[in-house]
Amino acid sequence: MSDTPAPTAPIHAPAGVGMLRGARTFPEAARQALGDPQLRHNLGHATATIREKRANVVAEVADWAELRNAGEAIKSATMATLDEQLIRLEHQVTAAGGVVHWASDADSANEIVARLVRETGSREVVKVKSMATQEIGLNDALAQAGIDAYETDLAELIVQLGGDLPSHILVPAIHRNRAEIRNLFLRAIPDIDPGLTDDPRALAAAARRHLRQRFLAAKVAVSGANFAVAETGTLCVVESEGNGRMCLTLPDTLITVMGIEKVVPSWRDLEVFLQLLPRSSTGERMNPYTSLWTGAHRGDGPRAVHLVLLDNGRTSVLADQVGRDALNCIRCSACLNVCPVYQRTGGHAYGSVYPGPIGAILSPQLTGIEHNASLPYASTLCGACYDVCPVKIDIPSILVHLRAQDVEVKRARRDVPTPESVAMAAAAWTMTDDRRWSRAQRSSRLARLVGRRRDKARGLIRSLPGPLAAWTVARDAPRPPAQTFREWWARERSSDGQRR
Amino acid sequence: MTAREATLARIRAAIGDAPSVPAIPRDYRVRGDLEAGAAASLFAQRAAEYRAAVHHTGLDGVPALIATILASAGDTRAVVPTGLPADWLAEVPSSVLVYTDDGGMTTEDLDAVDVVVTGCAVAIAETGTVVLDGAPDQGRRVITLLPDHHICVVSVDRIVATVPEGLHRLDPTRPLTMISGPSATSDIELTRVEGVHGPRNLDVIIATAG
Amino acid sequence: MPRRPRVALFVTCLVDTLFPDVGKATVAVLERLGCEVVFPVKQTCCGQAHINTGYHRDAVGLVRKFVTTFEDFDAIVAPSGSCIGSIRHQHSMIAEKAGDGGLAARARAVGTRAFELSEYLVDQLGVTDVGAAYPHTVAYHPTCHSLRALGVGERPLALLRSVRGLQLIELPNGDQCCGFGGTFAVKNADTSVAMLTDKMTDVLSTGAEVCAASDSSCLMHIGGGLSRLQAGVRTVHLAEILAATEDAAP
Ligand code: SF4
Repeated sequence: MSDTPAPTAPIHAPAGVGMLRGARTFPEAARQALGDPQLRHNLGHATATIREKRANVVAEVADWAELRNAGEAIKSATMATLDEQLIRLEHQVTAAGGVVHWASDADSANEIVARLVRETGSREVVKVKSMATQEIGLNDALAQAGIDAYETDLAELIVQLGGDLPSHILVPAIHRNRAEIRNLFLRAIPDIDPGLTDDPRALAAAARRHLRQRFLAAKVAVSGANFAVAETGTLCVVESEGNGRMCLTLPDTLITVMGIEKVVPSWRDLEVFLQLLPRSSTGERMNPYTSLWTGAHRGDGPRAVHLVLLDNGRTSVLADQVGRDALNCIRCSACLNVCPVYQRTGGHAYGSVYPGPIGAILSPQLTGIEHNASLPYASTLCGACYDVCPVKIDIPSILVHLRAQDVEVKRARRDVPTPESVAMAAAAWTMTDDRRWSRAQRSSRLARLVGRRRDKARGLIRSLPGPLAAWTVARDAPRPPAQTFREWWARERSSDGQRR
Repeated sequence: MTAREATLARIRAAIGDAPSVPAIPRDYRVRGDLEAGAAASLFAQRAAEYRAAVHHTGLDGVPALIATILASAGDTRAVVPTGLPADWLAEVPSSVLVYTDDGGMTTEDLDAVDVVVTGCAVAIAETGTVVLDGAPDQGRRVITLLPDHHICVVSVDRIVATVPEGLHRLDPTRPLTMISGPSATSDIELTRVEGVHGPRNLDVIIATAG
Repeated sequence: MPRRPRVALFVTCLVDTLFPDVGKATVAVLERLGCEVVFPVKQTCCGQAHINTGYHRDAVGLVRKFVTTFEDFDAIVAPSGSCIGSIRHQHSMIAEKAGDGGLAARARAVGTRAFELSEYLVDQLGVTDVGAAYPHTVAYHPTCHSLRALGVGERPLALLRSVRGLQLIELPNGDQCCGFGGTFAVKNADTSVAMLTDKMTDVLSTGAEVCAASDSSCLMHIGGGLSRLQAGVRTVHLAEILAATEDAAP
């Protein structure tokens, strides 16, 4: 066997670069977050606010179901023809004066961007919030190349100034409250008015002043893209603050880094997504600013326009017929806000730039399940994410699919048998035969004896042994009854269902 | 093998020989069922909900209204695109300096300007959105970005009811900016704050013909 | 006279082993409404825990067992939204994955005839008043699988509203998950307990005597928490409330 994989073999996002892998497992990281009452409070407040806004603006759209169906179909059709769509996109962007680059992984995308910046002679770039560039760790890579990258989105600025990590797709500083942000600004922004209050209005104005000169002086900007239209070569950025417009309009050079799954086939498709995205995302009928550009526009905006098409594991997601629907995501973050797990743990527990339900299905697929094995289990499968997803990604089913993949990988690596796999195999063996099962039920009444700390007066088991101890940390276990249902039935009824 | 070829090869291997391509159901609403007048008032209401200031006038009332808005904002330096109808500025007092941007103004020049006056390509009623496409009455993108105040004149015949109708009227090869209210952020505790980097004040003038 | 509807009871392994009273109550309600209830003794478990924990190979035998046991019946009823959800939405996938297309087709067919109790009562029998009496205040937790995977909607509430003497109190944030999630409760115990705590706070805020639901697993979780707090609120399955009458309140 040769060491070089076939050129068509799926490749995962490489380790050691970017932000897709956490240092700890989800339960470990979650435990820390759950112990932080301020964080719990900030998250609870923010997610409840945005859930309600979303629900209101979605309720007023009579054809929401039809829009979701269309969104889902457009995305699935795109994935089924992804090679063609990208070739069309490349052709149109090039025809309109743009330059298209292809990057197989994070390292090569970072290299391309660093080279393009260096070629302009500039040593700094302004950035508009982009998940893809966070995924590949672009800021760090640019820093290593001697280039300073400045985040300009208010929340990203808060995160960057604090040396912090984003914790939400849409509102990355959701874990910080106004008092914390005020203190951070006072510490980190030079020449700031020491009388700054924690009024969000004052904080936003401080950010405006801080970034204004930077925008006016910037020679190079880096952006992501929410959509790219293959038919026309049009790129689209959806935003609120106007920092996107600044980046997309003022500098001479614009470099857009975009995951290959963001392409949509036709201009018409935007009429669906520009309705689905803002309402699902910020809970507005339309976000304040949407910018659309096609190559370089003479006399208006950047003269050099680049598009970097990023794989970084996406083709391996595409290769999984069940998991590939995760590529349909339009990053609205609605699934985060309704997720009962995310609401309590926040985004950092997921260890990836993609948190919440979408992160739990996307990160393990981009990196390979071995590197994010705990994420598919970070869900009760309650289904709230599937209900709100504007492109109808069946996240619970993909979670279950990935759990099976994890079990199979462990089996193949002979990490199995674990106590769990032994218990599962034993239970399955027992329960495929009803006689074995009813014998086991009888002997499981022995389980009544294993309760080590029993509340005898109330007949409750207060502490279970082994892995089940986690159950009885905060809950009593039920006491097995004297008689199972089937014993009762056998005693009370004849086999034909009639009363004796 | 280049990264391009390799990526395309991986994609083809991933999707296989005969991927099933679903048909796109487009039974969502494309056309709104509002007549012109109703669309204009819905647009006015929705734009106002974003805290844009919305005004109504006949086309002949536009010059006076622009002058009034400038005066009450205290704007003294204005920029306009080359194709803005000249009579719209007829009643602006001479104390206000008006620059016409022919593409030559620098960002520093524009940063020193208080207000920009433009027309628009399309307005979408259901979302309260105006769309600029760089036509002569709207100018290049930067002129509506740096001044802190934007006055946008929307002639009623540019108003459509729905997002699909709006996109249908636009030419995707032009530089497009869709604007729904003043710039805003909700990054701090989900509290909406109007005015970050884009214009903090947006006036929309809905002009009926005649 | 129309033929008595014949119903195969899938009691679920959890109810069979730990909560037999829920099974008895289900039988009582169905028989009171004139059904002939059959208990196929070969039944064991739907395999939901295996499937949701990723043990799909181990689940194939359970799916086959379920399908073989129940495929001759026109109607299968279970007092569990999550088991019915698994039967309807997951069984064919498990068979398909194992390369058994025949079993998958049979599983799909069985899935269309399997009903959660409230679905069966309201949609198939067409009743909301089952003749029950239960003079208590009740907060109803709709449970995620009933609510979202099955879409049972208002059905359980319609049944409860027709129960004599019962006062239904709306549970705030009812649609939020209680945090059980099968092995989630053990693998992510801290998060599970955080969710449970919020659910219990909401239950206690209603002041209701009883917290009801249609899934014994969620009830075991919520009830275990409330019992630990010695909160004095009882957890009761929907079937048990519907089975209660004036002469014999459980
Ligand atoms: S998975 Fe769906 S709901 Fe979640 S971010 Fe993506 S598009 Fe939005």
